[in-house]
Amino acid sequence: MNDQPNTWITAAAASLINCHSCGLLHEMTRAQAYCHRCGASLHLRKPNSLSRTWAYLLAGYILYIPANVLPIMTTTNLGSVQSDTILSGVSYLLASGSWLLALIIFIASVFVPVLKLIILSYLAISVQMHSSWHPRERTRLYRLAEIMGRWSMVDIYVVTLMVALVKIQGLADIDAGIGAIAFGAVVVLTMLAAMSFDPRLIWDNAENKK
Amino acid sequence: MAGSTALMACHECDLLLRADHSLKEGVAKCPRCAAVLLKHKRHSLDLTLAYTVTGLILFTISNTFPIIGFHFEGQSTETILISGVRALLDQDMYMLAGLVFITTILAPFMQLATLLYVFLPLKFNRVAPYTAVVFRFVSAIRPWSMMEVFMLSILVSVVKLAAMATIVPGIALWSFGILIFALAAAASSLDPDLVWEKLEINA
Repeated sequence: MNDQPNTWITAAAASLINCHSCGLLHEMTRAQAYCHRCGASLHLRKPNSLSRTWAYLLAGYILYIPANVLPIMTTTNLGSVQSDTILSGVSYLLASGSWLLALIIFIASVFVPVLKLIILSYLAISVQMHSSWHPRERTRLYRLAEIMGRWSMVDIYVVTLMVALVKIQGLADIDAGIGAIAFGAVVVLTMLAAMSFDPRLIWDNAENKK
Repeated sequence: MAGSTALMACHECDLLLRADHSLKEGVAKCPRCAAVLLKHKRHSLDLTLAYTVTGLILFTISNTFPIIGFHFEGQSTETILISGVRALLDQDMYMLAGLVFITTILAPFMQLATLLYVFLPLKFNRVAPYTAVVFRFVSAIRPWSMMEVFMLSILVSVVKLAAMATIVPGIALWSFGILIFALAAAASSLDPDLVWEKLEINA
């Protein structure tokens, strides 16, 4: 069964439901709503996968604007106040010679969130259009999106550490900005979007076109 | 016949497969989409327990000792992780403080505590009450534990602040570093089938 590609069928086609938690297969009967081994609720596919994914993605797109426009960190140095957005922080790092740090922050805070949003949007669209384009590669894209999301939190933790450390009375003080909240929300939303997308949907459509 | 243990489905492409439990050590991948299906490890129970206990000890150290100290113009501050959260709370940034608290303190702790809760009784061949619920929680909480990202941020902050003032690394810096490895090791030595099979026997 495992070796011949032309004998492959999905569990769904065989009327079997896979428990997402413990992997036990169940027959698809109306009565069985819970896995009898581990108690998790059984779903053929993640419930409302596409609509939830789109909801999270759209919210992420919307909040990405204030995340970049509003300041994430405000430095008060000897009376002068300086507000930094994500991008101005990157250019400041570049100007002061720390090109490696600038690269890390740029990748983590700009490149990763945008890429993740684009990848997940593409996957959702491809499923909705019943595309059968390279399902294996699309699954790989999904795994990539899942893994890289958390690295966007770098900037938020940096702000947290700065706020906690730089509290020198009268000389320097750092405060977190509203942009940080928006950015944190974007990270959480894209993580939720990846978690609500069911990669098996990619293969459901690839099956039909064969 | 529901619940056949000879068959399984890939969790990423739903391919119906024959489960190969004869695999003594190594990784079994789905032939269609290359998702990791089964991981059989030797001494999984002992290793996971060892890493979990180590992790808990390191976690306690990391949260009681300072991460870095900052000396500027004769004044100095030190910070432990929780004070970062409190500093955000002082600015009324509740959601941000909550996010940082959950991802760097609560989730790693829950990961370790729930692993201990499930695996310690298993070591003595017993099943703790509510094991199934708790173990499901272990997998649910894993994506929210972002210690390794936090580690990178510490490095970034240290370099940024070193330009301004003198930075003194604290004990927690090192214990955090090792904690990350302990968490990763516990996750990789964990064999979920151990738990599910025990549950099935007892059911």
